[in-house]
Amino acid sequence: MSDDLINIKVNQKEIQVDKNLTVMQACEIAGEEIPRFCYHDKLSIAGNCRMCLVEIEKAPKLVSSCTMPLMEGMSIITNSEKVNAGRKGVMEFLLINHPLDCPICDQGGECDLQDQAMYYGFDKSRYKENKRAVDNKNMGPLVNTIMTRCIHCTRCVRFATEVAGVPELGMLGRGENAEITTYLEQSITSELSGNVIDLCPVGALTSKPYQFKARPWELKRTDSIDIFDSVGSNIRVDSRAEEILRVTPRTNEYINEEWISDKVRFNYDGYYQQRIDTPYIKENQKLSISNWEESLKVLKDKLKTLKPLALIGEHVDLETGYAIKKFMSNYGKDNVECRTDNHAILESLDSYRFNTPLNDIENSDLIILLGTNPKIETPIINHKIFKAYNNDAKVFNIGENISLNYKTEYLGESLSSLNNENLIKALKKSTNPLIIIGSAFLNKIKNIKTLKSIFSYADKYKVITKEKNNLNFLNPYASRVGQLIIGNTTNNLCEPFSNLKKDNFELVLSFGSEHIANEQFNNCFKVYFGHHGDDGAMGSDIVLPTPLYTEKNGTFVNIEGRPQEAKKCHNPIGSAKEEWSILKKLSDELSFDFTPNTFDQLRSELFDKYPILSDYHEIIAVENSTSITPDIEFEDCKAEYPVSNFYMSDVISKNSVTMAKCVEEIISTPSLLEKSA
Amino acid sequence: MSLVLKKVGEVQKMLNEKDKVFKNLHGFQEPFLEGALKRGSWSNTKEILSKDQNDIIELVKSSQLRGRGGAGFSTGLKWSFMPKNTGKQHYLVVNADESEPGTCKDREIIRNDPHTLVEGCLIASYAIQATKCYIYIRGEYHYEYVQLEKAIEEAYERGFIGKNACGSGFDFDLYVHRGAGAYICGEETALLESLEGKKGQPRLKPPFPAGVGLYGMPTTINNVESIAVVPTILKRGPDWFKSIGAENNTGTKIFCISGNVNKPCTIEEEMGIPLKELVEKHCDGVEGGWDNLKAIVPGGSSTPMLPKNICESVLMNFDDLKANGSGLGTAGVIVVNKNNDIAEVIERFAHFYKHESCGQCTPCREGTGWMHRMMQRLVRGEISPEQIELLENVTKQVEGHTICALGDAAAWPIQGLIKNFKSELISKYNKKLKAS
Repeated sequence: MSDDLINIKVNQKEIQVDKNLTVMQACEIAGEEIPRFCYHDKLSIAGNCRMCLVEIEKAPKLVSSCTMPLMEGMSIITNSEKVNAGRKGVMEFLLINHPLDCPICDQGGECDLQDQAMYYGFDKSRYKENKRAVDNKNMGPLVNTIMTRCIHCTRCVRFATEVAGVPELGMLGRGENAEITTYLEQSITSELSGNVIDLCPVGALTSKPYQFKARPWELKRTDSIDIFDSVGSNIRVDSRAEEILRVTPRTNEYINEEWISDKVRFNYDGYYQQRIDTPYIKENQKLSISNWEESLKVLKDKLKTLKPLALIGEHVDLETGYAIKKFMSNYGKDNVECRTDNHAILESLDSYRFNTPLNDIENSDLIILLGTNPKIETPIINHKIFKAYNNDAKVFNIGENISLNYKTEYLGESLSSLNNENLIKALKKSTNPLIIIGSAFLNKIKNIKTLKSIFSYADKYKVITKEKNNLNFLNPYASRVGQLIIGNTTNNLCEPFSNLKKDNFELVLSFGSEHIANEQFNNCFKVYFGHHGDDGAMGSDIVLPTPLYTEKNGTFVNIEGRPQEAKKCHNPIGSAKEEWSILKKLSDELSFDFTPNTFDQLRSELFDKYPILSDYHEIIAVENSTSITPDIEFEDCKAEYPVSNFYMSDVISKNSVTMAKCVEEIISTPSLLEKSA
Repeated sequence: MSLVLKKVGEVQKMLNEKDKVFKNLHGFQEPFLEGALKRGSWSNTKEILSKDQNDIIELVKSSQLRGRGGAGFSTGLKWSFMPKNTGKQHYLVVNADESEPGTCKDREIIRNDPHTLVEGCLIASYAIQATKCYIYIRGEYHYEYVQLEKAIEEAYERGFIGKNACGSGFDFDLYVHRGAGAYICGEETALLESLEGKKGQPRLKPPFPAGVGLYGMPTTINNVESIAVVPTILKRGPDWFKSIGAENNTGTKIFCISGNVNKPCTIEEEMGIPLKELVEKHCDGVEGGWDNLKAIVPGGSSTPMLPKNICESVLMNFDDLKANGSGLGTAGVIVVNKNNDIAEVIERFAHFYKHESCGQCTPCREGTGWMHRMMQRLVRGEISPEQIELLENVTKQVEGHTICALGDAAAWPIQGLIKNFKSELISKYNKKLKAS
């Protein structure tokens, strides 16, 4: 270990640091802050802003600290007059052609240039010439551009190329005429494109929906979790009064690093469209406005006589799920179902979660995509696969021949393509193979033997070993893994959902699941608990308003099996009530046992029952499954992908105007290239 | 080519004809193989290639040959930085992107004596264990490109290069790549980027090309002239080379003299020839006589100008020019006489650097434009003494803060102007003030 450490001096202070660091990183360790614009932890080093200049003893010139490797005995000076003068010079250059329109700039208050100009800027401009003006570029419905503000740090270019994997941004021209552009004046075709807004150190790239909405110091910040896919990206929800004004990522090195998908970043306007704000009851085939008292009375009467089934939707948190389970246990077993999409599972946790920790995906050298389109189902996981791809991993695809932002070798459309010769050859050579099986197949598998065969296959080709389990099950729903852990599923593990006997149940309680509208429940009395008016609500007999995830506290377990908390940001819209409190009231009236009186009591009861869930941010540990069958046999099933349109995969996104614009401009409009072809 | 050496009778102090490396610099003889063989190219190349690679590097080192591209770094030392026996593909890249204003030495070499370069490429590649060599030639040099391609074809045909080059057992391939006309692609790492098919922008150093160069492999980048003199050095011995010029400034050098001289010319001379002699003897003097001289830019547009009093005595070598506040650069001597507005000359330089800045790093991208605009006002006499100080301050803010040397190159001419002619600039302002 000591081999990797070297002795350096920062401002005469002696420290020992890893020799592989750069001067800038060493200075940070020594507690010296270095100003920077172009440098970013997650991107390649460009060294072009020159703001991070430091002095190194015996070096004739100032050096840019972000690019400079350390050497034994190096003496770095960060606070000398020379350094200060150098940085001031660079700052002046950055400002001479910057419009200085901070009062009308959305970045104002959280702008790197503004902040650093406080330390290194002059109070008066010495620049007497005309300033440069740059045409704004069309970057689609999400990213607003004011290119005159651009300081050419190229963070966005590097992000698009290295992280998003779409080299659609670049710098054209040279010298002072250099401009950042999308080349063809169209949106970036990436599900992560919104991250360029956070990366931009100035106000050149800002959020279009958030334009002129608020100043950062007016906003209340609430930590939450992205529930629009199963990855559980950490987000920060910024709100003012009872309205969410924007969503930005929180750094979590284990999950989303610093990125979030465009869906969670921009679909918040959908939170307030088509909301169910009051209870409804169906009268004469038409839903009419009711109140809590009346609707709960009708429901209570039905619950006394009819046999209920509860369906759990994709955005249901664990506490709600537990309350449902608790309530439904009064009616016997096997009457709660979250696998409304026919998701086939085995009993153990490792048969329905992503067993590889997300950060380890990039270490794989062979990845098989089995019926999954990670690009639109889980963009963050797609980014990790892209990282592996850049580390020379080979990616195979089985299912539909989907287009991704990296090269894949397409093997065929059925599961039996796993026996492809090329694949077997590659698997035998691979040291760290990884399989991702997605809902497109999982929802189609009817024979439990197939699922077991996949385990055996993984075992045979060292995808699963004693040390690791790289057989991953991927579904795009935020609630699924958690609900399965607390057992909110019926016993028929590989049985299709449609086989749930319709005669058995007379009353269906749907918690945000649109599957209540399925034909199989035509003769049932339907009650819908939800926040958005969708097909599920339309066909129901009673509709009860419940809060959105930003309007209550809740725990979600992400696809890896990592419990995380989404916190309440503001009060529910209208008269919406939390599901558990509705069930509590019903229980009281029906004389069922439902002890928790508050949400906190409910949560602690949940954690008492399932202690593994109480350890926030840690992956739940399980032993590898041993369900291995001697012969490997795959049934023939055709992949059907759960998400076909990234921007409209759930009821909230479907109600978002921003998402609708994305569909129009990014998906429906052919690109200039396609047009010319 | 109408450049004829005048006053042949007065050659006592001039470089001896037999000591010239480029005997056909002026194109009076056949440029191709037939003529090249007569001039001694490809003679005993095989013997040289039978030497140990380290010995070749040592010989070049001991000749004290310094790079002819501008920086004047020891060529042999540069070669010795190449890792040995790595098993990787090594590359030699020859920088023929000669774009420095005032410079046209490589052009003459390639045009009239291309075989010296081809032979030099072979030997240098052998010395650094590179089996592949690229010559990155300036896009505008179309004629030279054709000449070079023809010479390479001849060399391939005769088996001088290619598989088993010159029968030495060394396999060697030589490619010519044409640039697209950007000055910055003459910067060695920008050249590599351009060669790889990317946008020509300088790379960050470290890592240096000797470690991570073309396609990530160990690479040496040399100027055309540095490579083209190597065969002669090895054939005649480093001691012969050292006998010309002074310590650490050895050998012959091609000078390109342009501007206000009676006979502009490109001429091979002894390193360290007095500047005055170069102008007076080879160019028939300054237009209007030596007393009409205003200033001389000694080494291409990037080097600061020298006022007349220094021009009287300065020697044209690396060290003496440096001591006098300038540099040898590419030895593109630009003579300015008193009929010209010196500020206008530098304004043109500033325009050039503004136009050629790649735009990658801040000081150069923003600074070159700022400097040029101030220079424009300076030419019109609209800049007050305080603003002249600001201009100087801006050049200092650019200098030394950029990724590559273009920022320095843009700053130096203006610094030279202000240093030497400040009073003139101020009187210009006062005159304008009075007029208005």
